[in-house]
Amino acid sequence: MNWADTIIQGVLLGGLYALFAAGLSLVFGIMRLVNLAHGDLIVLAAFLILLLVSTLGLNPFVAAAVALPVMFAIGWVLQYVVLNRTLGDDILPPLLVTFGLSVVIQNGLLEGFSADSRRISAGSLETASIQVGPISIGTMPLLTFLSAVAVIVALNLVFYRTSLGRAFRATSDDSSTAGLMGIRSERIFATATGIAMMVVTIASLYLGTRANFDPTQGPARLIYAFEAVIIGGLGSFWGTLAGGIIMGVAQTVGAAINPEWQILAGHIAFLLVLLVRPRGLFPRAVD
Amino acid sequence: MALLETHGLTAFYGDFQALFGVDLVLNEGETVAVIGANGAGKSTLLRSISGLLRNAPGHIRYDNAEIGALSAPDVVRLGIAMVPEGRKLFPSLSVEENLLIGKYGRSVSGTWTLDAIYDLFPVLKERRSSPGTALSGGQQQMVAIGRALMSNPRVLLCDEISLGLAPVVVKDIYAAFPRIRATGASIVIIEQDIGQALKVADRFYCMMEGRVTLSGTPGTVSREDIHAAYFGAHKP
Repeated sequence: MNWADTIIQGVLLGGLYALFAAGLSLVFGIMRLVNLAHGDLIVLAAFLILLLVSTLGLNPFVAAAVALPVMFAIGWVLQYVVLNRTLGDDILPPLLVTFGLSVVIQNGLLEGFSADSRRISAGSLETASIQVGPISIGTMPLLTFLSAVAVIVALNLVFYRTSLGRAFRATSDDSSTAGLMGIRSERIFATATGIAMMVVTIASLYLGTRANFDPTQGPARLIYAFEAVIIGGLGSFWGTLAGGIIMGVAQTVGAAINPEWQILAGHIAFLLVLLVRPRGLFPRAVD
Repeated sequence: MALLETHGLTAFYGDFQALFGVDLVLNEGETVAVIGANGAGKSTLLRSISGLLRNAPGHIRYDNAEIGALSAPDVVRLGIAMVPEGRKLFPSLSVEENLLIGKYGRSVSGTWTLDAIYDLFPVLKERRSSPGTALSGGQQQMVAIGRALMSNPRVLLCDEISLGLAPVVVKDIYAAFPRIRATGASIVIIEQDIGQALKVADRFYCMMEGRVTLSGTPGTVSREDIHAAYFGAHKP
């Protein structure tokens, strides 16, 4: 086993998990909403990109760019019309509703696209790689990782440098006092979910070009996303990236030792972090 | 001509009735104090006006419009800003961000800009990058007032500014009120601390158990009458 190669491939895989997780982290950070349909929304976005690629013949990256505003709108309406009604002191309604949503999306996709596993073709990019000494780095995994870093940087800029970000944080702190400032929290929440769905779209582009996917894959993506968020510490975007990388490295190292251990190693890494740092590695100071 | 007016205002917390028909008038440019003991319904009155407590539409009139049923964001967008009880700064935001959020999503023009607030409370300028909640109580209250002023309100509602603050700090904060008035804002001040409130007010209302028990002009009403309205009994 080449350790350097294994670690690097693991870090790059971590970028994908961070992309899965960033949207979840954003939504939870602002409205303490656990979206159990997050993984299914990633798969939904992947099918949307697939549809654009196969019917309009678009390049997958162009298709993803087209899907971004569509998914923002879906997220905005979903939050404004459905999920806002579930928010309150009781944590159960959002869990039940998003769980139901997950079932609906899975079955809707099965109905529309069948259970066949599909793939978005990225052409020659799929097999392209960059040679760094003895290690060969796939172009797509590298793009995935760079996109994850870009998404995390962008989310941090929005969150900490813009007027919208101030409203996000204020609403998260105290939505009733935020109302006194003229902030309509229901719209702030809708915007947050819309942005989360844009991150989901970027994640789905790499999910769909990297490997086969089918309508039932959502829940497994949700688990990875969850674990990345928890490892990183709730509410910290950089923590989410770190959490994704830890998951990715653990899985790749596990697979290098024995292919059967790939998934298990990721979960064990998660449990170990939970054991040592129950609040995650970089929990937000104010909570 | 009244800028803000409540007539027959009632309010409920579940089955508990907190206000029993309160009539209050605030004229343009006027400062009105509402005094009363803990539980008299003063904060409920302000929470009703600011939209934190929803009400029947007809009981609150502002600038010739019925605003009783509006939500808090709608009310502040019409020009009624509130300094909430307990200051309620946003812990995730710095002092400057707390001030900026006071005019969120709106381009308001007027006297009150960041610089004007820093001019009114110079100590805030030095602490502009600190988390809002790292400040002393008095400084936090200054941020809360500044945050409300950032929306350049026509009506400023102040809920228990003196709460939990040392008298000397309270005096400092009230010293800013003449400058706030000078910009033309109309102000409602809610206080348990009668002294400070009556010093800056043109008129006052005294509340007890959800009703206005006395109103008048400071100086023309005797201390005994205020005590009676405040506590519900004449002192021997």
